This record gives sequence, structure tokens and C-alpha cells, in this order.
Amino acid sequence: MNKKTSQQIAFIIFRILGIFVVGILFWILGFIIYNGIGVISWKFLTEPPSEGMTGGGIFPAIVGTLCLIAGSSIVAFPLGILSAIYTSEYAGNGYIIKFIRIMTNNLGGIPSIIFGLFGMSLFVNTLGFGDSILAGSLTLGLLCLPLVIRTTEEALKAIPDSFRTGSLALGASKLQTVNRIILPMAFPNIITGLILSIGRISGETAPILFTVAAYFLPKLPTSIFDQVMALPYHLYVIAVSGTDLEASRPIAYGTALVLIVIVLIMNLMASFLRRKLKKY
Amino acid sequence: MKRILERIVELLLTISGAITTIVILLIVVFLFREGLGLFQSSNVEKGYCLCVNTENTVLQLTPFQIKQIFDEEIDNWEKLGGPDEEIVVFRFSDSFLDSYSEEELGKNLEFLPEKLGEVIRGTPGIIAYLPVQYQPINQRGVRILQDGKIKLSDFLGGSEWIPTATPSPQFGVLPLILGTLWVSLFAILIALPLGLGVAIYLSELAGEQMRKILKPAIELLAGIPSVVYGFFGLVIIVPLIQKGFHLPVGETAFAGSIILAIMALPTIITVAEDAMQTTPQAMREASLALGANHWQTIYKVIIPYSISGISAAVVLGIGRAIGETMAVLMVTGNAAVIPHSLFEPVRTIPATIAAELGEAPSGGPHYQALFMLGCILFLITLVVSISAEIISKNKSQAKGI
Repeated sequence: MNKKTSQQIAFIIFRILGIFVVGILFWILGFIIYNGIGVISWKFLTEPPSEGMTGGGIFPAIVGTLCLIAGSSIVAFPLGILSAIYTSEYAGNGYIIKFIRIMTNNLGGIPSIIFGLFGMSLFVNTLGFGDSILAGSLTLGLLCLPLVIRTTEEALKAIPDSFRTGSLALGASKLQTVNRIILPMAFPNIITGLILSIGRISGETAPILFTVAAYFLPKLPTSIFDQVMALPYHLYVIAVSGTDLEASRPIAYGTALVLIVIVLIMNLMASFLRRKLKKY
Repeated sequence: MKRILERIVELLLTISGAITTIVILLIVVFLFREGLGLFQSSNVEKGYCLCVNTENTVLQLTPFQIKQIFDEEIDNWEKLGGPDEEIVVFRFSDSFLDSYSEEELGKNLEFLPEKLGEVIRGTPGIIAYLPVQYQPINQRGVRILQDGKIKLSDFLGGSEWIPTATPSPQFGVLPLILGTLWVSLFAILIALPLGLGVAIYLSELAGEQMRKILKPAIELLAGIPSVVYGFFGLVIIVPLIQKGFHLPVGETAFAGSIILAIMALPTIITVAEDAMQTTPQAMREASLALGANHWQTIYKVIIPYSISGISAAVVLGIGRAIGETMAVLMVTGNAAVIPHSLFEPVRTIPATIAAELGEAPSGGPHYQALFMLGCILFLITLVVSISAEIISKNKSQAKGI
């Protein structure tokens, strides 16, 4: 085989592979949207489940997921941003920073079920929070910490050094430089990272299994020590362990669609922001 | 004043900088604290004991031996190093009580231990499984088997995972480890050629327009929650496999591998593509100038140059697959047996934790065993992360040369 035909064959294969992967994505999305779109209605979004999970809506699960998103954002965002400011602006290039990088990477590689175990042991049992929004938010917050740190670090690194040196040369202190020059400039990109981590939080199931998620709880939470339903867990239970699997399938499709729409919106928002605000 | 503020902020930042380290430390402490308790707990169910006749010379039994005895897979004490005597299994039950009159047993069953002692004394080959409160203490001819602790070797080498078995729960982790590796490795075997192909396409062939579609598509693929993948697998892949291969059930290791492969694709594609992008333009041009065409340049220059990045991609993909919980839980059928083929149900470590922790009584051996599983999973992923780190470090060293 001469090199021209082998190149042609190889490139055709790669094109097919590329299309194949996009195909998988559209297959999954299309499948969920096609089956789920008919289920979505105002009633579905605003009513609690009824008739043993085969009827009604998913309102408590939506509220629960929103609570968890809010809670874990409060935990992860300040900590993550501060940590990223330290590693990219304050820490030098020594061993400590290398160690911290490795630890952040490792934390990012720890499976989510381990966060579930950890959250159950520390927050639910040892600290006595019980199955609660508090315990779940802390667990989810720690889970998405590496993601927040990584994206914030990237945002900070994207700012040219000339701005730092320029600010310092004008007599500003380090804190002033970070506070008035670096952070405002990096702000849009930091927000992008935060939005992506919200997408991640909303879909995680394993960490909330034993820290907050309730199988069925029609009433809405009144304090941070309440249990809540959550969308991903709800999808899991009605997909595998409902009383009547066939009858609850439409609800499952609807729930999956709502979850995907949340992730889609977060992704679109992030890429929109990235494109819109990337100047300098 | 300004100085002090700066100092305070710097301190605060330093503390936050250490947060990931602290979290990892906490995770290690809490996982192992709960998990290691397993090796302090008895290998017989809590509140029960095993009694034998004094003629029996067997002093201690492992959990697996106990299980074999009570499943009647071992029927002679000789096999356990005891006398040549047929094993008689005795489980305490209500029907035993019924064979005595109320008078004989006493009002509050205070004579029950004596009666049990009689039975044990009269049967040399007996092994009796009794509630602790009725155990015949200090009776002639009766010996209470020493309470063995669950050993690390029982845990790591055991080939059966039956946490609710009586009298001795089986915490053999081997089928779970093998199940995890089995599913993950096949997932990578599927995902690697696909991912590498797409990475090459993205990095070398795709036009600007195609990249604009592919990149966000892959990002989105990575963002879809794992339960949605699991649900998709359950409704689409599982029935397909069941029909396609004429299997009794579609929930198999193969279904898990396919779903995991799809989930690992974004990781593999992104990391491998990044690695290929770092190939210096000069090297490509040199290759082309020497008469090689584009394809030859790809597989003779670009791939060898970025091989460490590609290996890192594979390792990270494996790491992602090993730790994945929900999707696997939903499609693999969750049978805790050592897998022999791809088309059998298997059970992975994360799926076991997710499925059983809710039912395991807090602080009991089962609960501790699940935390121990968490420790093993943690160690596996730690090894994976560190090897990915080392592999990509090799790359930066190679570049310096």
C-alpha cells in the first residue's frame, strides 16, 4: 500500500471516529430530550411526586438540588478562590507549592463515592449533623473544590505579568494589586469556572446518597438540618427501584431531561461568558 | 495598618492554600478510622457464639471455614485439623425450644443453657450456633470456640462477599476488586482507540469549523451527570446487549464497560489532544520537509513525541473508570462473584459501597468493611493519580533534552 492510500484510509477512519463521538453525544441527548420533552409541563415542575412515584412532579427534588447548589457554593467558592489566589499569586515556586499542586490534583482524582463515605463519617456521624442539607453541602463543596481551584488558577494565570509589575511599580502593595487589578480582570473567567462547577454539583449522586438525599419527602426543607430530595438521586431511585418501573419511566425521562437542561444551560452560559468577556 | 492587613490576608490565603491537603488528610483519617475497626470485630455475628464438644481439638476457625461448615461444604472435622468426626451443624431455633416443656426450660429460659450443654455434650461432632445469652458456660464437655478476629488476609484474599451471611459474614474483597478492574480495563480497551482517533482528528485534521462543534460537544459529554449515563445505559444499552447476545440478563460487565468507555472518552480525548498540540511546529515541518506525508508525520513524529501525554490520558481514563459509581451500579447487575466472562453480572467496589452502605448498621462489621473498601479504592486512585503525575513529569524532562 503506498503512503497516499494509507493516509487516505487513516484519515477517513479518524473522520468517522470524530463523527461517531459526536454521534454518541447526540444520541444520548436526543434520546433523553425525545422521551422527556412530552413529560415536562408546569405541573411536572411544580408538584410533588404522587401515586408511588408514578405520577405528579419533581418539585421537591428541584428545590433540594437548588439548596445543595447554594450550600456547596458557599462552601467551595470562597475557599477555592482564596486557595487559588494563594497558589498563583503568593506562593513562590518552591516545594510547598509543588506539594499543594499534587494534593489538589489528587483530591480531584478521588472518586465521588469516597467523598460520600467521608461526608457520612465526618459530617453526619462525628459532627452529628445527621442527614441534612448542611452535611450534603459540605460534602459536595469539598468535592468540587479542586475544580474551583483549577479554573480560578487558570483565570489568574491568563493575566499578563506586565499588569502585576506595572501595578507594583506604581507603588501598590501586593494585596492592592491582587484586589484591584488581578481579581477584577480575572473575574469573568473565574465566574466561568464557578458556573461549570455548579453544573458538576447539580449532577453528583454518590456523595449525597448517605449525607442528605431522601427517597421521598414531599415537604420542602425549612432549615439546613433538614433532609431533601435531589434530582440525580431521584432519577436513580425511580430508574432502578420504583414500585412500578414501567409506570415511572416517563417521570424518569422527565427528571433526566431537567438534569441535562441544567448542565446544558451551565455549559452554554460558561462558553458564552468566555467568548463575550475575554478581552485584554 | 496597611501592613497588618496585608499580613492577615496573607495568612488567610496560606491557610486556604493548604485546604486541599487538609481535606485529603481528613479523608484518610476518617476512612481508615472507620475501616480498620473491621479487624477488631469478631468473625462471628455479634451477639452469637459457636460451641463445640470438648473432644474436638479445633481451636479456631476462619470466617470462610465457618461458612463452609454451615453450608455443609465441609462435613468432617478432619479437614480442619480436628478428629475424624462427622460435623453436625446445630442452629439454635424455636423448634428446639418446642421440643422441651416449659417446666424443663424454666420460666425465663434459665435452664436453656443446661439443655443446650446436654445436646453438645452428647454429640462429639457438633458445632452449635447460639445466642450469647444462652451459651452453656462452664459446663462439662462444652467448649466455646475462641472468637477469632477478621484478618486482613481474610479480607484481601477472600473470594466471597456475603456481608449478611450467618453465622459468619464473608468479607472477601477479591470478587469486587476483580470486578472493578475487569469492567474498567475493558472500558479503556474500548475507549482508547476511539479517544485516540478523535484526539488525532481534533489536533491534526479537523478544520476550524469542525473543532468549534467537537470541542464543546466533548466538554458537554464530560458534563452529563453519571446517573444520566446510567439511566441511558439501563434503558438502551442493557436491552441491546441482552437481545444482541441472547443473554438471560443484559446487566453485565460488558454494559458497564460500554458506559464507562463513553464516560472516559472526554478525559482521554482532551488530555491526549493537549499532548499532541505541544509537539513543536519545527518537528512537524522537519518531518514534512524530509518527504513524509501528513499521516506518516502523525504516527512517526507526533505520536511518539506525545506518547507520555497519551499514556497519562489512558491512566487518568482508567482512574475515572475505576471510581465511577452510579452508572456502573445501574448497569452491571451487581452480582458479587468472581467474573469469568464479560457477559456476566459483576459488581465493582464503588457500586458495592453505594448499594450497601444504606443498609449496613452504623459501626457494625459490614459498615466497617464498606469503609475498608473505600480505603482500597482510595489507595488505587492514589496510585493512578501519582503514576499519571510521574508519566507527565517524564514528558517535561524529555522535552528539556
